[in-house]
Amino acid sequence: MTSLAEKPNYNDEIVKLFTIATVFWGVTGFLVGVFIALQMAFPALNIGEYLTFGRLRPLHTSAVIFAFGGNALFATSYFCVQRTCRTRLWGDGWAKFTFWGYQFFIVLAALGYVTGVTQAKEYAEPEWYADLWLTIVWVAYLIVFLMTLKNRKEPHIYVANWFFLGFIVTVAVLHLVNNISIPVSIFGAKSYPLWGGVQSAMIQWWYGHNAVGFFLTAGFLGIMYYFVPKRAGRPVYSYRLSILHFWSLIFMYIWAGPHHLHYTALPDWAQTLGMTFSIMLWMPSWGGMINGMMTLSGAWHKLREDPVLKFMIISLAFYGMSTFEGPLMSIKAVNALSHYTDWTIGHVHSGALGWVAFISFGAVYHLVPILWKRNGLYSLKLVNTHLWIATIGIVLYIASMWVSGIMEGLMWRSYDALGFLEYSFVETVQAKFIPYLIRAFGGILFLTGSLIMVYNLIRTARGDSAPETRPAYLETVHV
Amino acid sequence: MFNSHKAVEKNSILMLIFVVITISIGGIIEIVPLFRMETTIEPVKGVRPYTPLELAGYNVYLREGCYGCHSQQVRPLRDEVERYGHYSLAAESMYDHPFQWGSKRTGPDLARLGGKYSDDWHVAHMIKPQSLVPESIMPGYAHLVNKGVKLEDIADHMIALRMVGVPYTDEQIENAYADALAQAANDSDGLDGLMSRYNKVNARNFDGQSTTTEMDALVAYLQVLGTLADLQDYKHDGTQRSGR
Repeated sequence: MTSLAEKPNYNDEIVKLFTIATVFWGVTGFLVGVFIALQMAFPALNIGEYLTFGRLRPLHTSAVIFAFGGNALFATSYFCVQRTCRTRLWGDGWAKFTFWGYQFFIVLAALGYVTGVTQAKEYAEPEWYADLWLTIVWVAYLIVFLMTLKNRKEPHIYVANWFFLGFIVTVAVLHLVNNISIPVSIFGAKSYPLWGGVQSAMIQWWYGHNAVGFFLTAGFLGIMYYFVPKRAGRPVYSYRLSILHFWSLIFMYIWAGPHHLHYTALPDWAQTLGMTFSIMLWMPSWGGMINGMMTLSGAWHKLREDPVLKFMIISLAFYGMSTFEGPLMSIKAVNALSHYTDWTIGHVHSGALGWVAFISFGAVYHLVPILWKRNGLYSLKLVNTHLWIATIGIVLYIASMWVSGIMEGLMWRSYDALGFLEYSFVETVQAKFIPYLIRAFGGILFLTGSLIMVYNLIRTARGDSAPETRPAYLETVHV
Repeated sequence: MFNSHKAVEKNSILMLIFVVITISIGGIIEIVPLFRMETTIEPVKGVRPYTPLELAGYNVYLREGCYGCHSQQVRPLRDEVERYGHYSLAAESMYDHPFQWGSKRTGPDLARLGGKYSDDWHVAHMIKPQSLVPESIMPGYAHLVNKGVKLEDIADHMIALRMVGVPYTDEQIENAYADALAQAANDSDGLDGLMSRYNKVNARNFDGQSTTTEMDALVAYLQVLGTLADLQDYKHDGTQRSGR
């Protein structure tokens, strides 16, 4: 066993590559998001055959979930697993393969969407050949991660790695089962999924909701369990809560899928099971949030001084909010109103922008000075600016979607005095123009914030000296 | 309990195994029973696989990402049944690989679209939706009228679909190409053959052009949506669904 003073030769080059990819795809995904938000307010922006909303929407969702989120998870999991196992990442070549292999998958998928190659399953749009390629990359990821765990110099596997492991394994299972399909020709892109009709719906949303549960939640909770304690300089609040949190979260999430199919032709028993577990999920979700937030016990003053920590804590607040909203929307009576409306879009974005993106920004701001061996970030003031611009952007986004979603849901079911439906469908579309403008503006603010981050990170990597003073404890280089 | 957790924390393979078991339970319980068809899908008369031309149209619908804004699932709620028609039955989408129930209604539900508008309306609306519905925010799909629909390999598509469980007959597959052309023409010689192989077929020159275009295929698909199931004949047994 190496002594504590001895620092293993960590593979940080691979973490650097994934960090750059995270920022690059993040900005790309936000940009496409702003564009399609504007398309919904100004349909004339649907230009030609290749840039319609229908084709760009999967580009946006995949860019932010799989490209931005995925690269953030690779970067942070590779960084965290080395430090918490006190060993170098296993297999340099394998790790490099996961990087280039994953970027190739992203490009392959994106080209498909724009040219109309799609399985037409939400969040699982890539066709069979891209799916096969991703499977190979993902197995390599699992091997690199497991072998690094095996080589660890610490007796225990740290809690963040439980979440990363759970995320990698479950995503593999989901991906494989949901994407079984028969290609029309081995030389063609088109395939037909094995599952059809009701079964196709159930399996798709079992996959879809657990893309949220494992890709966007378990994985990012791994980030929380490493980076929040590290940044706060405090141990995780409760070890026992961590154990409860982990096992209850991964057990319950898997059941939640049918809440996407309330009142459909899916059998009622499945809908009710999905609703029940979705409501129960509130508990492990908030358990995790509390475990993260309370880690700051005795170090709350750092929240005042360190905007990077602020990013992480605000992300937990958004996590708490959207994991309360989710169970609420999964109740059938509420869902009857909220489903098919913009409320869902708002809910997704409070999770994606508030939780996933904010915890990632926090992690990236923490990582870049370490990876590029700088004393600290170029400017904490700019981090603060980014934080507030992005927060205002998110609030505008979700508030406008609440208004527009609840409004259209109520308009659809509104009756006049004679007992006729009061509004034609297009009147409900018209009514959403102002919320759509506000939403697009919120998105523009969020994008602006991320560009400020890019500038700050580039200056940091170049080693430019910061124009302002910083708290003394941030001067030390973190490992 | 927390003490015994140490065993899992010290063995990555053990942890891996426990994770796989934990995440499998919910999925197995919710998914596997759905494959007992008789309790999942009530049989409804009239539902058939898509004709070759409709299938080509379905693929255009998928390619353009229509499901991002349109659902195909009428819920058994009073306002939806009044706005769109009879609520959707499981059997109606049983041959859709994948299902197109959707998750968002930026535009209206399309499950019962068939027969509600004329072909001319659909063609004009696809080219420029705002020409008919000025407030619409739907993109235009003018390129569909200029593109010949690829039908040479439509039989291969049907073979692939048969492999995943859609009951296309040998005869239907052999005549796929001819049936597709026959459906997109007015009074074609192949019409009788087509009619003998598929019930309730709308066969006509949908977009009014001499060539068979992607617009023909898409409109043929849109015009059949929700029209196949024999809903007069459908006996609701009252035990299956709550919340009406």
